[in-house]
Amino acid sequence: MAIRAAEAAVRSSKEGNFEMIERLGRAMLRARLLEEKLGSLYRAGRIVGGVYLGRGQEALSGAGGVALRKGDVFAPLIRDMAGRLAFGEPMVDALRAYLGSRLGPMKGRDGNIHRGDLSRGILPMISHLGAMVSTVAGVLVAKRMKGEKGRVGLTCAGDGATSTGSFHEGLNLAAVERLPLVLVVADNGYAYSTSRDRQFACEDLVDRAKGYGVEGYGVDGTDPQACWNIIHKAVERAREGAGPQLVVGKLLRLCGHGEHDDGSYVEKKMKSSERGRDCLKVMEEGMKKNRQEKEWQGWREDAQREVEEAVAKVSAEPVPDPFEEDWRATQSVGMAEVMVAS
Amino acid sequence: MSVTYLDAIRSAQEKALRDDPRVFIYGQDVGRFGGAFKATKNLAEKFPGRVIDSPISEDAMVGMAVGAAMEGMKPIVEMQFADFSTVGLNQMLNHAATTFWRTGKPCPMVLRLPSGGTPGSGPFHSQSMEAIYSHYPGIVVMTPATVEDAYTMLLEAIQMPDPVVFCEHKLLYYHLKSESLPESALSAFRAQVVRAGRDITCVTYSAMVHEAVAAAQELLDEGYEVEVVDLRTVKPLDTDTILASVARTGRLLAVGESWPWGGASAEVVARVASEGFELLDAPPKRLNAKDTPIPYHPNLWAAHRPTAIRIAAGLREVLRY
Repeated sequence: MAIRAAEAAVRSSKEGNFEMIERLGRAMLRARLLEEKLGSLYRAGRIVGGVYLGRGQEALSGAGGVALRKGDVFAPLIRDMAGRLAFGEPMVDALRAYLGSRLGPMKGRDGNIHRGDLSRGILPMISHLGAMVSTVAGVLVAKRMKGEKGRVGLTCAGDGATSTGSFHEGLNLAAVERLPLVLVVADNGYAYSTSRDRQFACEDLVDRAKGYGVEGYGVDGTDPQACWNIIHKAVERAREGAGPQLVVGKLLRLCGHGEHDDGSYVEKKMKSSERGRDCLKVMEEGMKKNRQEKEWQGWREDAQREVEEAVAKVSAEPVPDPFEEDWRATQSVGMAEVMVAS
Repeated sequence: MSVTYLDAIRSAQEKALRDDPRVFIYGQDVGRFGGAFKATKNLAEKFPGRVIDSPISEDAMVGMAVGAAMEGMKPIVEMQFADFSTVGLNQMLNHAATTFWRTGKPCPMVLRLPSGGTPGSGPFHSQSMEAIYSHYPGIVVMTPATVEDAYTMLLEAIQMPDPVVFCEHKLLYYHLKSESLPESALSAFRAQVVRAGRDITCVTYSAMVHEAVAAAQELLDEGYEVEVVDLRTVKPLDTDTILASVARTGRLLAVGESWPWGGASAEVVARVASEGFELLDAPPKRLNAKDTPIPYHPNLWAAHRPTAIRIAAGLREVLRY
């Protein structure tokens, strides 16, 4: 069942058309430049709460966002700025969560990476790792019951999240129900500071697919074309009814766990290995080889302009006001007497 | 024809499944088998594809319900025993309970907990979980004591836009009977005076309501009239009804089957002490189970939980202050 991706075969394929590569490249650049800005805003003390970046994971994350369609569901984790932007989260909403604008979908009640917008199909993650797997499964069960066909749910996890009971229970449940769920694991070598040999004892996380009875794919998470090919394939397999798909991308996060962390525990040999490549550079070099550096530069300029405009806009927005806040955690409390007879 | 407390729960679910296509039931053995207590008997046959067996995965069961609720369904999750819901606490407390606050969107789901002690059930099949769920904002916690309430409150729970923890008492499942099911009811958010009295207020809920009523009967022979207030729903707490009763009697004993540290009975005493201090003629007291795990042997179990005899003794203590 488990299909080990042959990277060479993927590279030689002509599957990835340029439109998709453009969408992925633009999402990667927008995420990178926005996150660089978030890093400097953090250091300037302008961010409410922590900042967790996806530097180095833009290709794997973004490919998921590009592969999904409107009507699908996306439950990102903490390093999925690229996936979010590719799936359609407005950049201003991302910034609103970090800068504490009350105009964002979370209204200042939650922030940074815990943002989402159910009306757009983006589930706001809770911090407890693995929790979103069963939740996306529930969304997909509901869609099936409602007769909505051809919808896919994609959620992301890190290597650390695979150690949780929630991850196991959620993937097992999705497999039992044979749901169209794509689970993208970014095996980035470290869960905060803990290296993967302290996290699990199997050689490759993709080997677990067989145990769950799901299809599994390994991919070089630093190679944007390979990420697109594999995740697109997984999403389409899920869409056509082949059940849950497990994609494991090998890569390295090119930053600390959060901006408060310098990541000094990351081994040098890891940084200089294939895993440590920067997916943006891989893409840029590929485009140069194809004589498309002008396009790349254009995308970069567009992204830079968008970041600057979004920061200026959101910086001027109102912050939440405790005196105007509706301090209610339930909707029904205070409801009038309910008659149960129909 | 008589209807048991368990029949009422099954009937409410059947009515909800019939009336609302968004309702479905998810839980261990709830399908063709009909559930460990038969609360879903014959429902899988009547509503194909909507009464679904789950794997033994309490965390994922609740997480699945959260996702389905976000997508507009109204899932009912049956825990086999309330005790096992600890495994699903994260999804309930951190996900279901925070969704409305964080997103402004409802998370309508019901978590059914077969709760409370029965003889010989021991530490892991006897627990009352209302204190834990009530502590977290964002959840409604219901603790019905009667056949009628089991029916109408479950229907109301399913209609609510919020996550509801429905604590149904296993000791009441089979022996508590009623002639028929009601067509209307007091809002689940109101407490109810189930026995009027002028001398002391006994505030309680779930199976303890019946022990309190028995204790009140015992004290009647001694010349005391005990007012028994059934909370029905412990979160939110109907403080108005409690204070109105204490205003009439001047004395309070709060009784709960769960452990003494914190919880619904502690909350009742705290609210009366702070909001109704001038109404009191004696210090408010409370009575709970002993602060140990719940014992297996019926002799030990009977001494562990509050009973009519212990409640009567507690009432006398407050009355004689």
